[in-house]
Amino acid sequence: MSTDINNTDPVALVVAPPVAGKPGRKKGGLLWLLNARLAIGLVILLVMGLGSFILPMFAPADPSVQATYMRNLPMSGVHWLGTNALGQDIFWFLVFAIKNSLMLGILVAVGVTIVATIVGLSAGYIGGMFERIVMLFVDTFITIPLLPILIILGALIRGNTSFFTVGLIIIIFGWAWDARTVRAMALSLREREFINMARFSGANTVDILAKEIFPYVSAYILVGFINTVLFAINTEATLAVIGLSKVEVPTLGSIIFWALSYNALFTGQYPWIVAPIVATVTLFLGLFLTSTGFNQAFASKRGVS
Amino acid sequence: MGVLAYVAKRFGLYLAVLFIGLTITFMLPRLMPINPVDGYIGQIQSRANGTLTPEAIAEMRVNLETLYGLKGDIFTQYLSYLKRVVIDFDFGPSFTYYPTEVSTMIVTALPWTLGLLLTATVIAWLLGNMVGLVAGYFHKKKAASVLEFVGILLYPIPYYILAVTVLLLLAYIFPIFPLSPTFPVGEMTWPKVGMIIYNSLLPAITLVLAGFGWNILSMKALAVATTEEPYVTYARLKGASNWTRMTRYVFRNALLPQVTALALSLGMIFNGALLTEIIFSYPGIGLIMRTAATGGDYNVLYGAITLSILAVATAGLVIDLIYPLLDPRIRSK
Repeated sequence: MSTDINNTDPVALVVAPPVAGKPGRKKGGLLWLLNARLAIGLVILLVMGLGSFILPMFAPADPSVQATYMRNLPMSGVHWLGTNALGQDIFWFLVFAIKNSLMLGILVAVGVTIVATIVGLSAGYIGGMFERIVMLFVDTFITIPLLPILIILGALIRGNTSFFTVGLIIIIFGWAWDARTVRAMALSLREREFINMARFSGANTVDILAKEIFPYVSAYILVGFINTVLFAINTEATLAVIGLSKVEVPTLGSIIFWALSYNALFTGQYPWIVAPIVATVTLFLGLFLTSTGFNQAFASKRGVS
Repeated sequence: MGVLAYVAKRFGLYLAVLFIGLTITFMLPRLMPINPVDGYIGQIQSRANGTLTPEAIAEMRVNLETLYGLKGDIFTQYLSYLKRVVIDFDFGPSFTYYPTEVSTMIVTALPWTLGLLLTATVIAWLLGNMVGLVAGYFHKKKAASVLEFVGILLYPIPYYILAVTVLLLLAYIFPIFPLSPTFPVGEMTWPKVGMIIYNSLLPAITLVLAGFGWNILSMKALAVATTEEPYVTYARLKGASNWTRMTRYVFRNALLPQVTALALSLGMIFNGALLTEIIFSYPGIGLIMRTAATGGDYNVLYGAITLSILAVATAGLVIDLIYPLLDPRIRSK
């Protein structure tokens, strides 16, 4: 199956290359899934995910509390990455930051995936006037630049926001891209033989959506899910970097916010600024490799079958 | 469906996007539990050490509500908001820089944002597509995967990380560029222009790098798919050179989705530009928004967001209207 080339969704495009699987390859259990990209991506995610969720149990103190330790300590055996100008341990702050960012990312991705799947599938399958109106909203939400809206919301609810609200706002403004991808899939599926078959057998719309179309698009939804995790972490971090998220909560963005506002660059506190950069790049690379790796694997599976 | 129908349809979408966008902008502050007017009165009162009488406060409230278009029921407010924004392009005065009009502030900042944004986007798009085309056309060669690797490394890195890294590398470790750039305002002279370009290079590099990765990956994927098409094989059998096949056969066709994708991703590119401005203290719309957000200057915020929606939607419209020139199929359909 080759992806529709007129489908201009960047996510779909990036994941588009249908690397036709080598037909001779033996399939054994889930092994067909494994390719270099996916393996590297999953290893990164596993290490960072498990690390950030298990390690906090051994944390000597809550890293978000200020003035726990002496300020600006260098790297040492006790403080692996030193302490920052607020008297927090940089290593533990970073571990909590990765944990919080990942949790937010997964939470938002669950929300976005649910909304996008419902909207996209129903628009693509039902069609007609309904589809046109829905797509108008989808295109509008894609066109409207997100950051200015988030900046206004950040300014309005400054201080009174919870970390959870930030996630909710990202869901409200972030579902459109995925809905577009899912709808493109549903469109290409609508005219397939097996769908007609199901319809002629007397299945109703909900049945067809849930039993025939959903299993087919679930692979894309998984890839979309990972991409949304990326997007959510990125958006929250962006807001945090300019100080409009809940910056007291350690996230990959808030750590950079504090480092920048205490001029870590001028005072030469490299670990404070370099550590989150390295962590973010590694995490994002892991997520991205996993998503494209999955896509390659699914493409080659389709090629085999 | 001819060109006319295409243009009409696209223009309808443009109006709809503007309408929905403006409505969201209008509704947002009214759905929030916080009333900006209360915020202002609180600020003024704390400056006056609480010496204001209740009458003075009530009068001030009426004045502020008139000033910010908060009088009457929500529908009247909505109509007068649309009239003010669409017909008069008037967002009232700035609170922090009273009595400077918001529209004046925006008009001053707009050329800065547009200059940086357009230059960086064009460069990133051209460079990314060229590299992606080569990587896709020669995708069976080992060297091409190196090019794709660059894309894979760059694409997932968020804007703010790129910005901070570029700052760290090129302004701190290798002090080629100033750590805190200055952007002179007022009368333009040649040395000043040179200084502005020099100081704008860092934000521009960040934006180019950010757009570069995505274009490489996307163009590579398209070029790989197009290279497999029968007409490319036919061209090879016909004896067309590698260069002709790559540029005339593969590029021309892979270009079209890239143009549409550019139109669709303008919003995200704009987000990146705002963020880059904030991090590099570049005097564009982004910096204005940041300052206004900290100072609670809502008129400026609404002016800036309305303009953002207008700018992004218009740019998308322009790109989509150029599209028929590139794709003859729409013209003849």
